[in-house]
Amino acid sequence: MNWRGAFAIFEYEMKRFFRTIMQSIISPVISTVLYFVVFGAAIGSRISQIDGISYGAFIVPGMIMLALLGQSISNASFGIYFPRFSGTIYEYLSAPISAFEMILGFVGAAAAKSILIGLIILATSYLFVPVTIMHPFWMITFLVLTAVTFSLFGFIIGLWADGFEKLQIIPLLVVTPLTFLGGSFYSIKVLPPFWQTVSYFNPVVYLVSGFRWSFYEVSDVSRNIALGMTGVFMLACLAGVWWIFHTGYRLKT
Amino acid sequence: MAPIISISNLSKTYATGFKALKNINLEISKGEIFALLGPNGAGKTTLISVICGIVTKSTGQVMVGGQSIESGYRKTRQMIGLVPQELHLPIFDTVLSAVSFTRHLFGLPRNDAHIEKILKQLSLWDKKDSKIMALSGGMKRRVLIAKALAHEPRVLFLDEPTAGVDVALRKDMWNVVRALRDEGVTIILTTHYIEEAEEMADRVGVISNGELILVEEKKALMEKMGQKQLNILLDTPLAALPKKLTQLGFVLEQSGQRLCYNYDSKHDKPDVAKLLAAVAGAKISYSDISTQQSSLEDIFLGLVKQ
Repeated sequence: MNWRGAFAIFEYEMKRFFRTIMQSIISPVISTVLYFVVFGAAIGSRISQIDGISYGAFIVPGMIMLALLGQSISNASFGIYFPRFSGTIYEYLSAPISAFEMILGFVGAAAAKSILIGLIILATSYLFVPVTIMHPFWMITFLVLTAVTFSLFGFIIGLWADGFEKLQIIPLLVVTPLTFLGGSFYSIKVLPPFWQTVSYFNPVVYLVSGFRWSFYEVSDVSRNIALGMTGVFMLACLAGVWWIFHTGYRLKT
Repeated sequence: MAPIISISNLSKTYATGFKALKNINLEISKGEIFALLGPNGAGKTTLISVICGIVTKSTGQVMVGGQSIESGYRKTRQMIGLVPQELHLPIFDTVLSAVSFTRHLFGLPRNDAHIEKILKQLSLWDKKDSKIMALSGGMKRRVLIAKALAHEPRVLFLDEPTAGVDVALRKDMWNVVRALRDEGVTIILTTHYIEEAEEMADRVGVISNGELILVEEKKALMEKMGQKQLNILLDTPLAALPKKLTQLGFVLEQSGQRLCYNYDSKHDKPDVAKLLAAVAGAKISYSDISTQQSSLEDIFLGLVKQ
């Protein structure tokens, strides 16, 4: 096991994050404040409570999930795409490092970065609304599982993309709509029955539900179903990454 | 000496159907400098890429240090350093961090003394804190070499290391390569500069259309195939060559200004006095005599054209 090699990739990717530390922190803080202004104050003032929780507090887990998904995908996809684009991928391919160790470095760093941003958003939220975390262990579990799963997904996008515009297509056209329609800012119970059924095909519903449950013990689906579905997505992404390394898709000719 | 690299029946066909390597068999001994010559698209880079793990082979076997490049990939890659043809570098990093990163990627602990040694050897030490993007093309190529040496490899692949590098820098690099050979590092270089192979290599391999058409000790190759030419520069140009001189094997070149006599340096021992007497006998006056040995380039071009 080449731990040093995996850590070298992890450290290198994290340095990129810390090089632009102000940007990395300020951007999510500003987004959080804006969401609170728009959804919390402007719209939220007309919504009293959802499931007995103030609207401002209700949207906190959804906001964190929104940032977590976006950051995990963009960090991981850019992390692996850039060496492919610049040609430095030759060094990773000719090093005594296994596919697992490479993933540990790239995906681990992408997940760590997005978890940090998720925690920054959580800390900012405390300034605006009374947030309670009833199950810290499950909160961390969902946070980590989601970050890792979507970092794996981002890694796949970074390997699939053959141009910068392709890096953006999936996050913009698929992930962002799914996140907004996945109950980040509302409970899917408020939807008409047909759209509720449609929503259950949206994987983000399970992620947000499980995560929100860990905060307030309220959710659209049970914790175990949410956990199971998150596990299924992770396994699907792992299978995708395994196939890529097995076949050398976009990595080796 | 036991081969450090052993390639048997290696073939590579790309997904497009292009056969880049055709049944390559090659052994490279420990500590030698092996030059791989070939025209563009001959398969030089593909061959190197397969050994280094960047390209997957179609058939055949490659062993490095007695280990298969597949089942023993950690050991084989640990032994190999690769300087690619293109300047693929992390341009936003400093020289020192880029070189240190490679060492860690190859699983080795920090060794500041070693990194300092190679940076000094490559005249990069005073640029260690410079960002790579700020360096000239020649300096960037040195950084590639430094990165390839960061993990103390036993085999170094140099894929056209001096392409686009000025003469002074090229000589510097040759010195570095010689110093590495003295330390026991095996060096395999591909090059377009035949003089590079002629000056550096112990053995030469010629690859053309994916086939290894010749592998020979450089000296033996030069001797075996080396043609020598006796040139006699004439005072006044000749319109035609006297019959006697034609019979002896002379030919007229440069619009009748030069008499040439070609012979095989290894097997023929021409009677120069007799040749010159024949020229004098034909009442031809000359101002200069010289001999010229055919270079590796001539041999290479001759082989590739066949």
